[in-house]
Amino acid sequence: MPDLLLEFFSEEIPARMQRRAAEDMKSLVTNALVDAGLPYEGARAFATPRRLALHVAGVPVGSPATREERKGPRVGAPDKAVEGFLRAAGLVSVDQANVQSDPKKGDFFVAVIEKPGRAAIDIIADFMPGIVRGFPWPNSMRWGSGPLKWVRPLHSIVATFGPETEEPDIIRFDVDGIEASNGTRGHRFLADKAFTVRRFDDYASQLEKHKVVLDADRRKDMILNDAKDRALALGLDLVEDPGLLEEVAGLVEWPVVLAGRFDERFLEIPDECVRLTIRANQKCFVLKDPATGQLANRFILVSNIEAPDGGKTIVAGNEKVIRARLSDAWFFWETDLKSRLDDNLPKLDGIVFHEKLGTQGARVRRLEALSAQLAPIVGADPDKAKRAARLSKADLVSQMVYEFPELQGLMGRTYAQKQGEDASVAIAIEDHYRPQGPSDTVPTDPVAIAVALADKLDLLAGFWAIDEKPTGSKDPYALRRAALGVIRIVLENGLRLSLTGQLHSYSKKILQQTLSEKSVAATRLHLFLEDGQIADLLSFFADRLKVHLKDEGARHDLIDAVFALGGQDDLLMIVKRVDALGAFISSDDGANLLAGYKRAVNILKAEEKKDGAPVTGRPHADHFQHQAEIDLAAAIDTARADAESAVAAEDFEAAMTALSRLRAPVDRFFEDILVNAEDPALRKNRLQLLAEIRDATHVVADFSKVAG
Amino acid sequence: MSTDALPSHMRPENSFQGLILALQRYWADHGCVVLQPYDMEVGAGTFHPATTLRSLGPRPWKAAFVQPSRRPTDGRYGENPNRLQHYYQFQVLLKPSPPDLQDLYLNSLYAIGLDPSVHDIRFVEDDWESPTLGAWGLGWECWCDGMEVSQFTYFQQVAGFECSPVSGELTYGLERLAMYIQGVDNVYDLNYNGMDGPDGVSYGDVFLQAEQEYSRHNFEHADTDMLLRHFKDAESECRALLAAGEKARTATAATVHQLVLPAYDQCIKASHAFNLLDARGVISVTERQSYILRVRELAKACGAAFLETEAGGVGFHNQAAE
Repeated sequence: MPDLLLEFFSEEIPARMQRRAAEDMKSLVTNALVDAGLPYEGARAFATPRRLALHVAGVPVGSPATREERKGPRVGAPDKAVEGFLRAAGLVSVDQANVQSDPKKGDFFVAVIEKPGRAAIDIIADFMPGIVRGFPWPNSMRWGSGPLKWVRPLHSIVATFGPETEEPDIIRFDVDGIEASNGTRGHRFLADKAFTVRRFDDYASQLEKHKVVLDADRRKDMILNDAKDRALALGLDLVEDPGLLEEVAGLVEWPVVLAGRFDERFLEIPDECVRLTIRANQKCFVLKDPATGQLANRFILVSNIEAPDGGKTIVAGNEKVIRARLSDAWFFWETDLKSRLDDNLPKLDGIVFHEKLGTQGARVRRLEALSAQLAPIVGADPDKAKRAARLSKADLVSQMVYEFPELQGLMGRTYAQKQGEDASVAIAIEDHYRPQGPSDTVPTDPVAIAVALADKLDLLAGFWAIDEKPTGSKDPYALRRAALGVIRIVLENGLRLSLTGQLHSYSKKILQQTLSEKSVAATRLHLFLEDGQIADLLSFFADRLKVHLKDEGARHDLIDAVFALGGQDDLLMIVKRVDALGAFISSDDGANLLAGYKRAVNILKAEEKKDGAPVTGRPHADHFQHQAEIDLAAAIDTARADAESAVAAEDFEAAMTALSRLRAPVDRFFEDILVNAEDPALRKNRLQLLAEIRDATHVVADFSKVAG
Repeated sequence: MSTDALPSHMRPENSFQGLILALQRYWADHGCVVLQPYDMEVGAGTFHPATTLRSLGPRPWKAAFVQPSRRPTDGRYGENPNRLQHYYQFQVLLKPSPPDLQDLYLNSLYAIGLDPSVHDIRFVEDDWESPTLGAWGLGWECWCDGMEVSQFTYFQQVAGFECSPVSGELTYGLERLAMYIQGVDNVYDLNYNGMDGPDGVSYGDVFLQAEQEYSRHNFEHADTDMLLRHFKDAESECRALLAAGEKARTATAATVHQLVLPAYDQCIKASHAFNLLDARGVISVTERQSYILRVRELAKACGAAFLETEAGGVGFHNQAAE
């Protein structure tokens, strides 16, 4: 069966878009083939900086003929209905329709739409212009005087179709003056010649002859292998960087790996700064000494040409640029080291954090106070926590972080170590931003925990106080991530923390002080969290915790059952309760008790509705007529007391065990007793007993939220 | 034309002015009008009316020119070998962008002595946006052996208007390019006139003192109250001129707007006053945005008025139809 070959040849496509574009090309074309009744055997798409290419193997020469019967209105229906039917079926006159008889409905029209099969080459020629015009580039542009939009100017299109054994045909179509052909060009500098191609294997091998490696993954392999060989020859290891490799492979059609060097003195700069400088500005790889793990004064560059001088000029040029960039980095490093982090603090007063929450300086003062407040709870030395908080943002105004914002924290730690800060303080400066995402670790050093929690709680409480909460998909201050950060830090470190208490204290003692900052607009009289706002923030935490626990595999309804108790602000206890509840519900006793509970609640609901009033008051022993009632009442009293003291002792498993002892008496109660007794006093007493069951179980969770 | 034909002191590898002259010669050979710099303080060549305004409307246009560009915040008192608050851009604008624009560009590198078979030339994605001009385009940074030597942009929108046809804009950073071609690491060491010995003049001879003085001015002495006044004056004058030009058009039953170019000068002035205020650090983050918006509104109003002039396309279609 024939093969299809397509190539879109353009000016340089941004590296980051190439892979996706190749996939889009594949799905657009193959979907169009399938929709047109042309199933195919296989398809592969490719991208280089200047071309997208697609090979579809095993396409039928034509689409099959189809026959469709379409029912129309009955014979004698109004003209309008008949006309509409004819139009939709593509018929000119009613004579072209058949008439069928139905015993019930009588005679009605039927159109038989027969479509002959079409040659695949014509079908493809028809749908290609639409695919080109509507190609889903993330960003596209016009050029010259034409209307066409493409990622960068599109120059030519290859489109051939034919079986392996014959000379394939050119698929004839035209997109705003660009006519599909069998002609393409080689590498821009190494083989800038036009040539014609037949089918895919011939296309790929001719490209190779014209110094183009079509497959991005092969280019990546070539780069990686050559780079490792180069490193090996120098007695060094390549510092692998998959993101950079992907990008660099998208910048060359013919990768040529070269090695350069830089002045050893630059190695005084922290490795990460050197690596980022060379990566960000030059898209080059760095190398390290396998013995020490330290960076070496060499780098790997990937050129797009084989130069007659063996790349000497290219290496020299890159070395020159890297020298200039590292000189800048070195200057930043030296300048930063000339002052202590403390000297940077006044500058933070000049940076607006948020117009209603003051400057970064004001924020740091809040962090200091809040870190000190949290320190005893997380087992940190309050003075160290305060010190770390004080320095936590000092690197934001360092030269190095100004140049490379992603180095925030890391530079702070480095500078703190250089100026002889306590080890915990230095670690906290780096780790207080953690966790930065789901795959990031949480801080474990107590000082770092205190500052990390303070950083996030201040952010959340501050934005809640000025009513800038996340809405829908909008979360410009990453408050959801901050809340999740608090949750993970607390849970993974097993911390006990009453969020309400902390927030109250923070709001009263710390946040309010922000108003005395000069930088904050003096239009506000107060800045604190109302009780309602704290409750709202807690429910935000609850939502994040639900998402987190669901990700961890916990049942949604169990989380709801615990939150429905209200007043739950201790994350660790919530999770423990959810865990215990989960274990209980999946036990036999738990499942049965839950069934009994549901039965009790359903009866209560129905009767309360009937009476138009809730059941109140406690049951009275005088009205017990059966042993089952007496036993249940006693069991409830015991279970409730036991559960309450277990909850007070935070032993949720014991609380569940206490409740599980209700199972037998509850079961027997329902077996032996008719709740709706004729005697109203008896009925009331029994309903009160049912309410007792409900209330007792609510000591550990709101069972009504539990599914099943 | 190969650089071999030039006398030694005119060759780009020996002379800063030789580089400029070679580029001018090259683009003159390709039909550009070679303009002289616009006689106002601008932040980039794009502000030159030959770029901003002429990229609007349907009339074809080809221009090349050097434009001194001022970026007050980039001043380093003459102490940084790579950064200047005043530097030169060589700007080429071709409307509509020709299909072989990339080849024309590569040949221009050849014309200044950079042979693409020895150097690694790359087109690296770089989307361009000028918030103050309400302009954006797509294109690349052009790299030579890892160094950005030019910007290459297909204008999509200028002054808030869709560009149709699209202009291709090339901007060469002359000092950086010259440093590479001459093989010097410090901009002040560039040979300016290509002469040796006592006749030789370096870039530092010409500009070092200016860099020092203007850095002092930009960061320490520029009178911010005066600049704020200038900004406001330029803003209101721009609007007044646009209104007057429109009024004069109605009064005289002219077919075109009467005062666009003088109004646009005021937009340039406002933009430069803003840049200086920014360098003096008196504009807060929130204010910054609003100043940029105010300049953009002027640029948009000027663009709209320009489209009502002959150069902006009035009468162009009639002409083409005849």
